[in-house]
Amino acid sequence: MRLGEKAGLPPARQMREVFGDALLDLCRKNEKVVVLDGDLCSTTKTLRVREEFPERFFNIGIAESNMVSIAAGLASCGFIPFASSLAGFILANGYDQLRISVALAGLNVKIVGSHGGITLGKDGPTAMAIEDFALVGGLPTFTILVPSDPATMYKAVHAAAGHVGPVYLRSSREAMPHIYPMDDCPFQIGKANVVRQGRHLTIIGCGIMVAAALDAAAMLAEEGIEARVLDMHTLRPLDREAIVAAARETGAIVTAEEHLLHGGMGSNIARLVAETYPVPMRFVGLADTYTDSGEAEALLEKYGLTPMDIVEAAREVVAAKA
Amino acid sequence: MAVRREPEQLQALKELARNLRLDVLEMTTRVASGHVSSSYSCVEILTALYFGGVLRYRADQPHWPERDRFFLSKGHAAPIFYAVLARAGYFDRDELWGLRTVNRRAEGHPVQDKLPGIEMTSGSLGKGLSVALGHVLAGRLDRLDYRCYVLLGDGECQEGQIWEAAMAAAHFRADNLIAIVDYNKYQESGPISREMELEPFADKWRAFGWHVAEVDGHDIGALIETFKAMWQVKGQPSVVIAHTVKGRPVSFVEADYRFHGKALSPEQAEKAREEILCA
Repeated sequence: MRLGEKAGLPPARQMREVFGDALLDLCRKNEKVVVLDGDLCSTTKTLRVREEFPERFFNIGIAESNMVSIAAGLASCGFIPFASSLAGFILANGYDQLRISVALAGLNVKIVGSHGGITLGKDGPTAMAIEDFALVGGLPTFTILVPSDPATMYKAVHAAAGHVGPVYLRSSREAMPHIYPMDDCPFQIGKANVVRQGRHLTIIGCGIMVAAALDAAAMLAEEGIEARVLDMHTLRPLDREAIVAAARETGAIVTAEEHLLHGGMGSNIARLVAETYPVPMRFVGLADTYTDSGEAEALLEKYGLTPMDIVEAAREVVAAKA
Repeated sequence: MAVRREPEQLQALKELARNLRLDVLEMTTRVASGHVSSSYSCVEILTALYFGGVLRYRADQPHWPERDRFFLSKGHAAPIFYAVLARAGYFDRDELWGLRTVNRRAEGHPVQDKLPGIEMTSGSLGKGLSVALGHVLAGRLDRLDYRCYVLLGDGECQEGQIWEAAMAAAHFRADNLIAIVDYNKYQESGPISREMELEPFADKWRAFGWHVAEVDGHDIGALIETFKAMWQVKGQPSVVIAHTVKGRPVSFVEADYRFHGKALSPEQAEKAREEILCA
């Protein structure tokens, strides 16, 4: 079954395509935006900016460390650099530069990590980013945005530019179904969206796992379990209020992310829940492992990131309430 | 502003360099921490840049858009950098005595804008050329003609990022980018030639498309002339390889590379002061 089908979500274009369009639109509106590329613009879809605004586009070559520090220099002069490559490449190769050149001074640099998660599939684990939330989470001052559909991607790109300070934006190669209408999507940094109401538990997802959570909620409804679903599009700062309300009002929480469980969204939410209103929790995400290469669907299945995995976690956590 | 390098002006700059060394000595001895020898090899380089009519800056307006930029990439030379900024009027000299001290601003290694005049965070090596190149690209978009000067350590040039940036700066024909290497021939563990050889050093820069000049890094007059000569280079970035002596002019520091990263004891500092005043 297609992701989002159970929940009645319409299919959409690849997220990287939406990102490319959103960035081009942003460049048209804001002349301070410049784009840096690590020689992957046809893959990450920043190519459109290169074609329309060649003077504001810099291919730094296959040198991500250099790219991140150059972005810091541009930001220091008042520009808003969007530096983009595959998430695993730019974060791992540029980590020292992200720490020293960007995070420490809180510079206005936007890092776009494309091909986040495992769904890029066939290129295999070296091209995947299953640790990006943890890596950026280790950098104080960074805001972390994880769009879940085309509308949130569009909003996130513009919100990143509007926010003064370092931002990490996760993009993906794959399509994610529409969750919101393109012209009617609430998006405020640090404010989670409630995309389904429910009282028995809350499923908190980000990225592609929001659609999976909605599918899961539809299945659970058939069993008489009403799940609230939160789209946690901002991983830092987390929406404390929405998380505490979920714990207090539904009494159980399942988190779902296309990321390692270690250092991911779920562990940070768990800390917050433990500090405020402890309730039973379960965590859907990648166990301590790298994955094979393969079709996205097959990988999600093998590594436990399907709607059914969320359903099973939900049943467990609801049972644990009693 | 043109600086006439008459003997008495050079004499004044030498006197200033001597006082800067004494500042560094006092700063680091008080807190019993800091890189003295790495600071001493680049005193004349910084004196020439800030007080020899090379850099255009307004100390009371550190973010003046048209300013020339100076980036201390070898961040461990923070003591001399702070001493220079204070004497250039960026902040009160009292800040110097807060070196490496909690709730003060003179961090162990420079943090961007923590004190006025610090353009860039450094301390993990290898970042300066890249950050400066970002300013170069920004200057083009803003149609400003400022120059960017980057002080690199010699050991720092073992970092891969330096050569990523060297390749990119030549590619972008960054002729307003001037790198300066404080080539004191020592890194923390010992002589560069023993630990990780850089030679043929000038050839490496040339092969990357840079204009190369070499100069005695303790000759203030020669440094000023060399920096200004770089202004005439078009279509490619420049590097000034400044041959220096680590710890200069303190004999027992010059003679022992293990002083890297160490402050002097009060007794050693007293002896160093005498040597500096006699030099």
